[in-house]
Formats: sequence, structure tokens, C-alpha cells
Amino acid sequence: MLSKKEKKLIKEIWERLTPVAADIGSDALLRMFASYPGTKTYFSHLDISPGSAHLSSHGKKIVLAIAEGAKDISQLTVTLAPLQTLHAYQLRIDPTNFKLLSHCMLVTLACYLGSEFTPVAHAAMDKFLSAFAAVLSEKYR
Amino acid sequence: MVKWSDFERAAIQDIFSKIDYDVVGSAALSRCLIVYPWTQRYFGSFGNLYNAAAITSNPKVAAHGKVIMAGLEKALKNMDDIKTTYKDLSVLHSEKLQVDPDNFNLLGDCLTIVVAGQLGAAFTPEVQGAFQKFLAVVVASLRKQYH
Repeated sequence: MLSKKEKKLIKEIWERLTPVAADIGSDALLRMFASYPGTKTYFSHLDISPGSAHLSSHGKKIVLAIAEGAKDISQLTVTLAPLQTLHAYQLRIDPTNFKLLSHCMLVTLACYLGSEFTPVAHAAMDKFLSAFAAVLSEKYR
Repeated sequence: MVKWSDFERAAIQDIFSKIDYDVVGSAALSRCLIVYPWTQRYFGSFGNLYNAAAITSNPKVAAHGKVIMAGLEKALKNMDDIKTTYKDLSVLHSEKLQVDPDNFNLLGDCLTIVVAGQLGAAFTPEVQGAFQKFLAVVVASLRKQYH
């Protein structure tokens, strides 16, 4: 459950990160590949080495989608409808991986925001990313 | 037996040499209690855990954070046989404290995030990988004596 305050905080944070979406996204992905090598299996068609153009554009895509969802959290199911279909029928990424990326996203935020990533912000963000992942996997079955 | 690369050994030792034990343990435990409130079930005797501010300033949480760091230091000093080093701790957590071992991962995640906050860009993806491997071995060793 996200309170009004938490939704506002989440929206503000992602608004600030939108200009550096590629950096944030590629950092989170690299962290995920380093800590959870099994996740690399979904990227055999891309060059995911540090600094690659693929990594940058893919990271940007992910962060911008999250930021879009953050703009109106109560409408997540509507906002994510096309991405739900994509993930369920084409990408078919096992949903346990969403947790792994979410965790690495939180680590990226901790590195980037430092002490500003307070326990309260951390809790709100973790809840948001869990909700995001849950909506994303809704069409799987 | 866990195999550690030179990079992993160095990275893990380096992290522990840089972090402030008094701050990190307490910060990780309070984050765990704040972000995953159901973990408070194990800390009924700690008094006021009513909100984030109370948890962050709770002296029992701070004290327990240090206990946790002392435990991690044991693993750090015995990286080549954490399993044996943690045998009694594992029995303690399973038989006396009766902690669901899934909670170890929650605390581990919070610890990773606190360390990331402290070290910033120095906590690179590769360093994080090494640290998470260390935590995975710690968690597996703590789970070993659960039957």
C-alpha cells in the first residue's frame, strides 16, 4: 500500500532521474548482470558490455517506463498494458528476475542519491517497484 | 568449499575496512525493520518500533546492529570456511530464535543498500557482485543447521 506522501516522493525522484535515465538504467543492469549472472541469458542478442550503446539505450528504455508509471501510480495497469503484453507473450522473462532488477535499481539509487535515499524513500521505492513488477507479470497466465 | 577470486577477496576486505561498523550495522537493521515491517516480529522486546523515526533512534536496534556486524566480521576473518564458523550461529537462529531464514536475504539486501549509500560510485557492479557473493555464503551457512 502506498500513501499519498509516498506516491508524491516516488514521482519526484523519478522526475529527477529522467534526464539521466540512460546512466541509471545501464548502471542497474550492469549490477544485475554482475550479481546474478543468470539474468544475462535474456540478453544474448545485445552487447551488454559496460559503455555499450545497446546497454545505454536499453537502460534508458527501462527507466523511462518506470518514470512513466510513477507519474500516476493509481493507473499502473492502464499505463503498463502494452508492456504487460510484451513481457507475457514475447519476452517471457521469468518474473523472479523482476525482483533482482528491482534490488539492483535500489542499489543504483543508493549510490546515486547517497544520504537522500533515506529509509522512508527506500521503503516507498521498494513497494513501488514490487507493485510495478506485479502489474508487469499480470498477463503471464 | 567456496572459491574466492583474488579480486573478490580484495574487494570484500576493502569494503569492510572502509565502512563504519557502528553506523552500518544499525542502519541496515533499521532499514530492514522499516522497509520490511513484518521482520519486527522478532524484536518484540525492543520497545518503540512504531515508525521510521522511532526505529532509527532506538538504542536497542543500534546495539543489535553492532552484534550483527561482529558476526559478519567472524565470516570475514574465516572466508574459507564460513560454514563451520557459523555452525553455532545457525543453530541459535533456527532453534532458539526461530527466525525464518528468508529474512536473512532481506537483511542482506538492506546491508547492500546501506554500503552502497556509504561508498557511492566506489561500490561498482563488480564490487557489488563480490559483496553479494559473500552475503550469499553467509546466508547459506546460517541456513545450514535448519532441519
